[in-house]
Amino acid sequence: MSRLSMKGGPAALATTIAALALASCTTGSGSQSLARTPVADAAGEPYASTYERFPGVPTAIVGATIYDGAGGQIDNGVVLFADGDVVAVGDASLAIPEGYTRIDGTGRYVTPGIIDIHSHLGDYPTPSVAAHSDGNEATSPTTPEVWAEHSVWPQDPGFSRALANGGVTTLQILPGSANLMGGRSVTLRNVPSRTVQGMKFPGAPYSLKMACGENPKRVYGGRGSMPSTRMGNFAVNRGTWIEAQAYMAEEDPDRDLAMETLVGVLEGEILVQNHCYRADEMALVLSMADEFGYRVSAFHHAVESYKIADLLREHDVCSAVWADWYGFKMEAYDAIPENAAMIHQQGACVVIHSDDENGIQRLNQEAAKAQADGHRMGIDIADADVISWITLNAAHAMGIDEMTGSLEPGKMADVVLWNGDPLSIYSRPQMVWIDGALMYDMDDPDRRPVSDFELGQPGEGDVK
Amino acid sequence: MSARLLLGAALVALAAPAAAQDVAITGATVALGDGSEPIENATVVVQGGRVVAAGSGVAVPAGVPTLDGSDMWVTPGLFASLTSLGLVDVDAVSESNDLDADDSPFSAALDVSPVINPNAQDFAYSRAGGVTRASVTPEAGASIFAGQGALVDLGADYDAVVQPRAFQLIEMGERGARLAGGSRTSAHALLRNALHEAGSFGEAAQLRGGSSSGGSTVVGVDSRRIGSTDRSGDVLLTRFDAAALVPVVSGEQKLYIRVERAADILAMLSLLEEFPELDMVLVGATEGWMVAGQIAAAGVPVIAVALRDLPVSFEQLAATQSNVGRMVDAGVMVGIGGYDSSGDHPRNLPQQAGNMVALNWVTGATGLSWGEAFASITSVPARIAGMDDAGVLAAGAHGDLVLWDGDPLEVSSAPVRVFIEGVEQSLENHQTRLRERYRSLDESELPRGYEW
Repeated sequence: MSRLSMKGGPAALATTIAALALASCTTGSGSQSLARTPVADAAGEPYASTYERFPGVPTAIVGATIYDGAGGQIDNGVVLFADGDVVAVGDASLAIPEGYTRIDGTGRYVTPGIIDIHSHLGDYPTPSVAAHSDGNEATSPTTPEVWAEHSVWPQDPGFSRALANGGVTTLQILPGSANLMGGRSVTLRNVPSRTVQGMKFPGAPYSLKMACGENPKRVYGGRGSMPSTRMGNFAVNRGTWIEAQAYMAEEDPDRDLAMETLVGVLEGEILVQNHCYRADEMALVLSMADEFGYRVSAFHHAVESYKIADLLREHDVCSAVWADWYGFKMEAYDAIPENAAMIHQQGACVVIHSDDENGIQRLNQEAAKAQADGHRMGIDIADADVISWITLNAAHAMGIDEMTGSLEPGKMADVVLWNGDPLSIYSRPQMVWIDGALMYDMDDPDRRPVSDFELGQPGEGDVK
Repeated sequence: MSARLLLGAALVALAAPAAAQDVAITGATVALGDGSEPIENATVVVQGGRVVAAGSGVAVPAGVPTLDGSDMWVTPGLFASLTSLGLVDVDAVSESNDLDADDSPFSAALDVSPVINPNAQDFAYSRAGGVTRASVTPEAGASIFAGQGALVDLGADYDAVVQPRAFQLIEMGERGARLAGGSRTSAHALLRNALHEAGSFGEAAQLRGGSSSGGSTVVGVDSRRIGSTDRSGDVLLTRFDAAALVPVVSGEQKLYIRVERAADILAMLSLLEEFPELDMVLVGATEGWMVAGQIAAAGVPVIAVALRDLPVSFEQLAATQSNVGRMVDAGVMVGIGGYDSSGDHPRNLPQQAGNMVALNWVTGATGLSWGEAFASITSVPARIAGMDDAGVLAAGAHGDLVLWDGDPLEVSSAPVRVFIEGVEQSLENHQTRLRERYRSLDESELPRGYEW
């Protein structure tokens, strides 16, 4: 938690929620107010992170090609990290202080830890049985009161696959997209933990998951209730924002979990991650955000961003996209594999996301495909920029870019050493550090987490 | 807008099958698809729609149009197993989706061959990704018997189906248990009953269903069944369905069985003792590596998804990406096929195969060599489907060629030209047209809607 005080940034969140809670007393009695505000306890935030970094040794990776996550590339470079932080990044002339463990990076590549902005690990864990279906509170079209962290099962075996095969060190778990307002996300460190609090990324802001289009209208329209159309989607959203504005204006409102989340959005403390496929709907959402005075941080899936990439650049909204998923539903019919490259070309922000327990294991390959599809239509994007799509850009859209997402002195030592160019299919994560602690080593079968669920089962401890 | 006239010819409608053509490519890196490693500076010759020769030191016969393959790779077209090509426009648009028939009174008799639509965009997308042949399968809707799949080529013509009724697909795992009435016990009883029924039915009636050997006898519909759709909750077969299983029991039609867990795989292999004529293929086989020796000894091939590594269900607890490699090492014939997510399209088969090569780096993992990996998406699945003359560049094989701008297993590579039976194919489709329309967002003169 000391990291927060050092870096500022999203730490303000805790204060705001505490203020909200304090403002929620209806009686006006100060003592009752305190008694009724568990969120404002000494810890400062409810369900607070208990994550602490694991021990590591001062480490120097020497001679590798470095993609720093911020668009920089250093050949034959040196990365130094110690005490959980990146200490220095430079070329071969960078002096290696005494006491550092040297790792030969010759022929290898270094990137920041991979970040997935859109995952359902833990809230739709494997085994994918009905008893594990905890991602959609599909009982009302607006459920901003639910928090994804209260669904996350830390024993989901998917976390370990994302680490070992994908080099994923940070991921955002979102509620599903059945609802217009699906609830709060949680950002996790990809470390095995007995509790979800032990995975929570200290100081990461919350996001509100919102969804456009087919899903909400299908789920609720199918039950004969609102919304059953896209215009119904907007009407319900706008009515709910009006409620939130009224709640925000109240001097001493009753506590209301749903409204607390929405006020957090209106005050800019909670980000918006908006599932939305079609260009025309994204444009309408941007107008709705203007109408009520909030910002969309990223459109997720966004298969038609290429049609309005100029508008997205003007609004400074990221598009979190797949490389080449298409056609599985009507609103994905105009998906094209050049989407990411065309967004980038217009100067708008690209994030490659997974939304999938398999895809999260290969975000580097997805980014490479999207880069190559751009190249074939004449859009050349540097390798180091492509790596930012799965590192710093994701961190930016999640509000954690001051803390991780690039290899810069003082940032968290979330580091992947790849045994070759991560934009090649023939490369694998060789070693993965989270906050400077070695959490995976391709050559050490013991340095590989196994979930409780897999103990005593066929294949326990197998490479996966 | 200069593209408009060109497109008129390329896209408006599919033509009659073009005459087989001759083509040669020289100076390319050639992968034969037979499991061997790539050959540099090699030549491929196709005449009359068939491969004449491929390899080093091959002479191009006089008069054959020749392309310079420098800086390119040439391979056989990919063979995609168990696709929905031509059955679906948009998965979630039910009106456009003929994959399963869950309200139908029929099961084993369902036959995809007359309903495959080569104008479906997925045909064009997959072709542009280098897929030239595929098996197309129905999915089980109301019974463990999904119905009969077909083999197709992806040429831009209406002559897609090259072999109707190539196989019957049945579900014998968790899904089969649910479809059969709630338990694997019911699926097993149903399967054995059906095979016995079909066996005696075939003997008594002297009937033959459509089969791979071409002798396709029409089986009359039982008049008592006409107009009857009252089959919900009934797991037994109509006479029509029983007739469709006759060639399965006799081994004339392949039987694809989807099972995942090791115990279910062994149970299916033991079915061969009861019904020795069955021409069985295992589909899925996520835990196949645990009983790879038995699968190999039974001589049963497998079609598996390469990258499954999560315990998605209790029948896939031992899932690992090493499944394919371990089965291949045990001597099992394994084709990579099957699609777990919306990202696993047929044209992404090279990504699945390429990951098998990279897997060899990981201590304790078993991957594939490059040659094995490429064969697992070309010649091996073609052979499993019953086509020995596809997915391979060997004299006499179909002249299905893909020219790639790099190593076909590398994620950054893509086809630049595709030939089927020696006929060059259009690589245009809905996606490429959208890309060109939105290449620029300039609307200072006219809306983008006029750009086509």
